[in-house]
Amino acid sequence: MTNTVSRLDWLTVYGVQLEVVERGRGRSIVVLHGEDGLDPAAPFLDLLAAHGRVVAPSHPGFGHSPDAETIDTIDDLAYLYLDLLAGQDLREVSLIGFSLGGWIAAEMAVKSTDRLARLILVAPVGIKVGNRESRDIPDIFALPSQEVARLQYHDPTRAVVDYTVLSNDALTVLARDREATALYGWEPYFHNPKLRQRLHRINVPTLLLWGASDRFITHSYYGAAYRDAIPGARLEVIERAGHFPHREQPAAFVKRVRKFLAEGRQT
Amino acid sequence: MRAWHFSENAYHLLPDAKEYDSIRVTLPNRYYDPKLGADLYHRYIDEWVIAEDLGLELMVNEHHQTATNLNPAGPIIMGILARETKKARLLILGNPIANRREPVRVAEEMAMVDVYSRGRLEVGFVRGVPYEISAGNHRPTKMMERFWEAHDLILKAWTSHDGPFNWEGKYFHHRQVNIWPRPYQQPHPPVWITALSPDSARQVAERGYVVACFLTGFQGTKTIFETYRTRRTELGLPTPALDRFAYAALVYTGETDAEGYAGARKLMWYVESNKVPLQFTNPPGYQPIATAVNAMKGSSGIFKLFQNPTLERFMENGLVFAGNPDSVYRQIIKMHNHVGGFGHLLIMGQAGFLEHDETVKGMKLFAKEVYPRLKELDSGGIP
Repeated sequence: MTNTVSRLDWLTVYGVQLEVVERGRGRSIVVLHGEDGLDPAAPFLDLLAAHGRVVAPSHPGFGHSPDAETIDTIDDLAYLYLDLLAGQDLREVSLIGFSLGGWIAAEMAVKSTDRLARLILVAPVGIKVGNRESRDIPDIFALPSQEVARLQYHDPTRAVVDYTVLSNDALTVLARDREATALYGWEPYFHNPKLRQRLHRINVPTLLLWGASDRFITHSYYGAAYRDAIPGARLEVIERAGHFPHREQPAAFVKRVRKFLAEGRQT
Repeated sequence: MRAWHFSENAYHLLPDAKEYDSIRVTLPNRYYDPKLGADLYHRYIDEWVIAEDLGLELMVNEHHQTATNLNPAGPIIMGILARETKKARLLILGNPIANRREPVRVAEEMAMVDVYSRGRLEVGFVRGVPYEISAGNHRPTKMMERFWEAHDLILKAWTSHDGPFNWEGKYFHHRQVNIWPRPYQQPHPPVWITALSPDSARQVAERGYVVACFLTGFQGTKTIFETYRTRRTELGLPTPALDRFAYAALVYTGETDAEGYAGARKLMWYVESNKVPLQFTNPPGYQPIATAVNAMKGSSGIFKLFQNPTLERFMENGLVFAGNPDSVYRQIIKMHNHVGGFGHLLIMGQAGFLEHDETVKGMKLFAKEVYPRLKELDSGGIP
């Protein structure tokens, strides 16, 4: 994969400092990572950069982005990234969000789609589907890590991390990602009770992508609820992938994205 | 030095630990027999009353969703003791104010106990242990920020006497705050705060409160107390009296060393039984990032002690004081001298399978044979 532009950069949005991976050229593809953080070496980023200019910030508290005094909710992040789009004057943006990042993307889109061309939500959390006594989303903070891996990965061995071989910097990023996930997702747990009733406002073509082996939030239940709430949204399933299809099946994932982007604006 | 008796009111009558994953958070309460539990409550309260008769001060604490501690509402036990006793100081250590949704309610509870104990209350504020996160139903990140805002609101509620005020903070909103009763002690009951990190110790020092360390051993305790003293010096304030420092340990005094160790081995149930899986011991954001990184590399220091607790190692590290009266005295003095002195010894004098008679015997020997010698230490401003 040849990249004409590839750099790790910093952006400041109304005083909030963000570490940003920027890669490729052409139409704007903004990528919002999930609770797993942003790995600048992840193969899907290069694959995606063949189809546009990828802009992938680390949310405040994740990666190396500092904590921000003014940002502690998903709502804050949604406004932050709408400000980022405006500040960089990005237009006709293809917005991709993964899991927690999919939730941010959905919150952005219900506020304003002025700068969006297309929306791709990859196994997004963010909505409440079931009743008050059933969690839609298993509590990752109350489960053993092996069980979380079994729920989230087609191949759970991929989730095993040998801490002893990681650098202090890598361990720090892991600890920060985990802490920031708790900050944004603790309560209400991984959702906004009001989001589902607002999703009808999304008026750009929307693709929901889901790993067939996602046992954390399933495509047939949670994915279908999301699809039904967004006008005209389509739900596609990627085989042999769990909750993070861009990690387990990067080529298949980018292939779906490319196809969707090539469809052009639907009305 | 003042000595305080406390018990966690444990429910120790559990099946083999192989039968359950965790003694905290998830242990089904079908294992709790309320009839046996009622007997235990009455027994533990009797022991506090006996402790008062022996001249000891009294301490209670609070934990949730755990068989190790059946005081999910510390102020209730405190309220009972305020009525059942007449002269002992009453310390609640403490109110987990980062987890309580309504600080004003905490201010009311404490003011109420202070009034009907006729000013014998000492109010502790604690952050709460990591496994309380689920029960406390509050996120583990930015806890100390919330803790200090709750503290500020409680202090203002205690000390405002001219009608209501309003509070619109980052974490708490409250209208028309105007508590009845107001505290008996003026301007408010003495405040205690537990500290595990130097950062907390500095903040407690700035306010001049009592800082308390629980089972932190020689090195950990020394770090906290030194940080407190240094911070006072930095601020140009006088050297804090010994009554600003408290240390909590498991203590059992026997007639002989052998009897003392036997009692202490029973107290060790408190640490030995603490079977808790990683997801509850290490919630995200509870520890500073650097500490979390060290934990990923493999735990070290005092945490290792708790993974494989033995009486010998706990005694070596100053978490248990046990033996005959002379031995117990020497061990306490060793800790006292190592950490620059402390004015309060918080004694976990009952735990697990230590029966009523054994508990009382240990307390009596301590009160008669050890305590008088400790009282002779410079008590640094204790009235």
